[in-house]
Amino acid sequence: MSAIAMTEHNVDLNEEGFMTDALQWTREIAEALAAEAGIGPLTEKHWQVIHFCRDDAVEQGTPPGLRRISKLSGVSMKELYQLFPKGPGKLAAKVSGLPKPKGCI
Amino acid sequence: MKNLVILGGGTGGTMVANHLNGEMPKGWTITVVDPSKSHLYQPGLLFLPFGARDEDRMVKPRAKTLQSGIDWVKKSVELVDTDSQEVVLEGDERLHYDLLVLASGSQIRPEETPGLLGDEWRQSIHDFYTLEGAQALRETLATFEGGRLVVDVVEMPIKCPVAPLEFLFLADDFFKKRGIRDRVELVYATPLDGAFTKPVCSNVLSYLLAEKGIRLETEFNAAEVDAEGHVLSSYDERRIPYDLLVSVPTHMGAPFIEASGLGDELAFVPTDHHTLLAEGHNNIFVIGDATNVPASKAGSVAHFQSEIVTENILHTVNGRSLHDGFDGHANCFIETGGGKGLLIDFNYFVEPMPGHYPLPAVGPFTLLGESRRNHWGKLAFRWIYWNALLPARPLPVPNRMSLVGKKSVHVHQDLPIDRAGKSKAA
Ligand SMILES: Cc1cc2nc3c(=O)[nH]c(=O)nc-3n(C[C@H](O)[C@H](O)[C@H](O)COP(=O)(O)OP(=O)(O)OC[C@H]3O[C@@H](n4cnc5c(N)ncnc54)[C@H](O)[C@@H]3O)c2cc1C
Repeated sequence: MSAIAMTEHNVDLNEEGFMTDALQWTREIAEALAAEAGIGPLTEKHWQVIHFCRDDAVEQGTPPGLRRISKLSGVSMKELYQLFPKGPGKLAAKVSGLPKPKGCI
Repeated sequence: MKNLVILGGGTGGTMVANHLNGEMPKGWTITVVDPSKSHLYQPGLLFLPFGARDEDRMVKPRAKTLQSGIDWVKKSVELVDTDSQEVVLEGDERLHYDLLVLASGSQIRPEETPGLLGDEWRQSIHDFYTLEGAQALRETLATFEGGRLVVDVVEMPIKCPVAPLEFLFLADDFFKKRGIRDRVELVYATPLDGAFTKPVCSNVLSYLLAEKGIRLETEFNAAEVDAEGHVLSSYDERRIPYDLLVSVPTHMGAPFIEASGLGDELAFVPTDHHTLLAEGHNNIFVIGDATNVPASKAGSVAHFQSEIVTENILHTVNGRSLHDGFDGHANCFIETGGGKGLLIDFNYFVEPMPGHYPLPAVGPFTLLGESRRNHWGKLAFRWIYWNALLPARPLPVPNRMSLVGKKSVHVHQDLPIDRAGKSKAA
């Protein structure tokens, strides 16, 4: 799905490409956001991370950071870098339709 | 008798204790628990590696920072039992509390990164976040003859997030003065996608990096160090060879926080962002670096929080409802080298912005602009710290952020789903 198709789906993105309303998110949008970010077709492992991120964000009120994901999602740090190359913390949040983790100022 | 017990007598714990001393109703005692005999002014650590020798003005006996009337228990906390409302101290001594303040700060954990601790620790691998580390680095830098110096932030959050950048600015200056700047390569490796987490600040600081010839390696998550081969590598298999590695290791809360089940994955305590109560408890407040609130781990934040915690403790003991006043306000003097500095001021929602502080439109400090006065501000701060902040004397600085006198406002995006998963806009 291109940026234009995203608009048709009424997906609001901020200037960094993060969704601004996590409720608009669907699996299809996740696939599109992943493709935008250069991440291949989403595998079972990707989904394990995405579901963890969304559940955790609802529970905690804030998107999980990288260490939290690696500690609690059951996917190791090394694997996270393979699944979401470069910035797994940021990319996992993006594909999960969450804001950029604050990473604490 | 009822007991207010404060765990940790650093910046936040001392301020709250001194604020409340004499203010608690009859029948209450105030006890501070801290095993260390002296209080360290941590911002001073930044200057030691570059030859400063003012340890005598950075370290004071703790007994002198706590006012009379406050009990000080010189023991280490091992556990908090929230069911029986008891603190377990070393030697299995127990201390009952009616109200508890967690003020145990954050500590560096080099052991979290394979290869950091070992034979090369404090030889070719250093930290400057501890007194011993900053002193050892001073010895190393005095005889450093050139090569690549890498400053690496292992993971966020860290205390005073601009300190690593300031370190680099001061290093640039230091090597220029020693006449060997052309033989030193300065590299800043950070897990963030810019020099600073706040975009506006990141832009301003990036130009300083370029101006001073400091190479920036972003989104670098240190996985391990080959201490013998002098190579730092990341999870995505980037390698940075170094001659001198200055690491800002993983920070975590005190081990007793973890042991008591009070912390998150980094042993920081989940804390209500505005009332500063520990989540799930109505008799435990949290202050300073020990909290998980998305504000800087900085002394200035602990200062703004100390006023809210003080007020809320008084409300609690007097049976009134809590004030939800904390807005994440932080400000920070940044050393930019060459005797200059800049000041930034921000909170949970507002980006750092140009303007003046603390008096709108007047100053005396310029926000986000380099000036000599800001540098003086940083130095004057040590005096303010010992003589006004710790003794809890009133300061002419509001704890809530003022937007008057600031030039542009950029509102941060808040998480659009609340705890129940509902959209906030709905
Ligand atoms: C290099 C450097 C530069 C900095 N520069 C700045 C700056 O320019 N501006 C700024 O605002 N901030 C700066 N800071 C940050 C600032 O010093 C801290 O954020 C601040 O001191 C936090 O206060 P605190 O009370 O939370 O923790 P601390 O002041 O660290 O106090 C924690 C206390 O808890 C005690 N404790 C720990 N474990 C236990 C236990 N088990 N039992 C009992 N007691 C325990 C410790 O002994 C300590 O006294 C800097 C920090 C560093 C390291």
